[in-house]
This record gives sequence, structure tokens and C-alpha cells, in this order.
Amino acid sequence: MMEILKAFLVGGIICVIGQILIDKTKLMSGRILVLYVCLGCILGGLGIYKKIEEFGGAGATVPLTGFGFHLAEGVMKEVDRAGILGIFTGGLKAAAGGVTAAIFFAFLAALLANPKEK
Amino acid sequence: MDTTKKAQQEYDKMVKQASPNSPIFMNCLKAFISGGIICIIGQLLSNFYTGKDFSKEEAALLVSITLIGLSALLTALGWYEKLGKFCGAGTIVPITGFANSVVSPAIEFKKEGMVFGMAAKMFIVAGPVIVYGTLTSMLVGLVYYFVK
Repeated sequence: MMEILKAFLVGGIICVIGQILIDKTKLMSGRILVLYVCLGCILGGLGIYKKIEEFGGAGATVPLTGFGFHLAEGVMKEVDRAGILGIFTGGLKAAAGGVTAAIFFAFLAALLANPKEK
Repeated sequence: MDTTKKAQQEYDKMVKQASPNSPIFMNCLKAFISGGIICIIGQLLSNFYTGKDFSKEEAALLVSITLIGLSALLTALGWYEKLGKFCGAGTIVPITGFANSVVSPAIEFKKEGMVFGMAAKMFIVAGPVIVYGTLTSMLVGLVYYFVK
């Protein structure tokens, strides 16, 4: 129960920061997503996001900062394993599952659904 | 003249203080609740998958895949857009928002063809996310390689 509350809190706060950015800076949502991934990746590299993730669980991994965090974790793991080549393989390796899922479901949805009338 | 001008300025100031803040507050509240709920769903899924003997990493990936699938379904039904109008960043920032940014143009542009419509436009938002995410991960890896 406690971890559900923590996930709600951490995830909620991360979304509020995004909302403030949208309202105050008029950033497009696509830019917010780019910013979030890069931020999550850098915080992941610094070891800060790991702590947020340990506290917030899915509240930290479900927002797109969590995607960036996984990129950072992945690249560091690959550098440990494969040395300097890991810099080239680690990030996308960690992203592979999510990106492939997005491509597969988008393809499926495009086959089955038609654009809605606006 | 001076006093009316001054009064006008005072009034402008008051309007500025009062009006943009209250929608921002409401928007933030909506984003907090909706984003928080999506994360709760993620946590419940994560508990479910770890209970099924998946490792923590496998569970995290399964959670992402499930949420992306759900988001694709809601997007195809046209519901995610409706939710998004109400929830703002609460539906943009989570991975479901990322999925929506892939699925939505894929459906929208399929009339322009399956290669340069559906497949190309799929990455209109996700492309930059992957490009800058990958570049940042290289930077992190490079620094880590020399510092570790």
C-alpha cells in the first residue's frame, strides 16, 4: 500500500513539473518529452535518479524521465561489460523493448483504426 | 489621466497575478492526479509481474510494454486525446504519452501511405526523443568510462 502511495506522489510531482513547464514556458509537449529523457538520463548517470526510483518505484520509472534513467543504467552496464564499445550499444539496448513495443502497437493501431473526424 | 492610467496599470497587475495562476494551479492539480494514477497502474502491474517470478528488470520492461499497449488501444479509440485535454502533462509525461505520440501520427498519416505516411510520421516526436536520449546516453557512458 505504501509503495502505491509513493508511486502516486513521485509520479504526480514529476507530471506537475511538466505542467508548470508547459504553462510557464509554452514549450511544446514534444520538447518536454525530449527534455525529460535527457534529464532522466543525466540524473541517472549521476546516480541521483536511482535514489528517486528506489523511493518512488513506478512513480519514477513510468514517466519519461524513467526512460532516460534506463538509458543511463543500460549504457553504464554495457561499459562495465564491454568497455568503450558499450558507449555505442548500451543506450539503445536498454531502449529496445520500449521502442519496439511502441512501433509494434502503433503499426497494429494504424492497421485497425482510422483517423477520427476532428 | 494619470490616475486612470495608474489605475489601469494596477488593474493589469492584479489581473496578471490572479488569472494565469489559478488555471495553472488547476492544471497542476489535474496533472498531479492523472499522472499519479497512471503511475499507480504501473506500480500495480509491476507488483503483478514480480509476483509472477519475473526479475525486477524484466518486470519493468513488461510494465512499459503493457502501458504502451494500453495507450495504443486508448489512442486508437480516440479516448487518449480526450483524456489529454483534461489531464495536460499528466498524460504527456508518462510513457503512455510517449506511446500516444507514436501511435497517433501513425493512424493519422496512414492515408499518405504505409511508408512515407504511417511509418515515417510515427517518429515525428519519438524520433527526437530517441536521438537526444541516445546522444545523452553516449555522453553518460563516455563520462562513466573515464571516471569509474
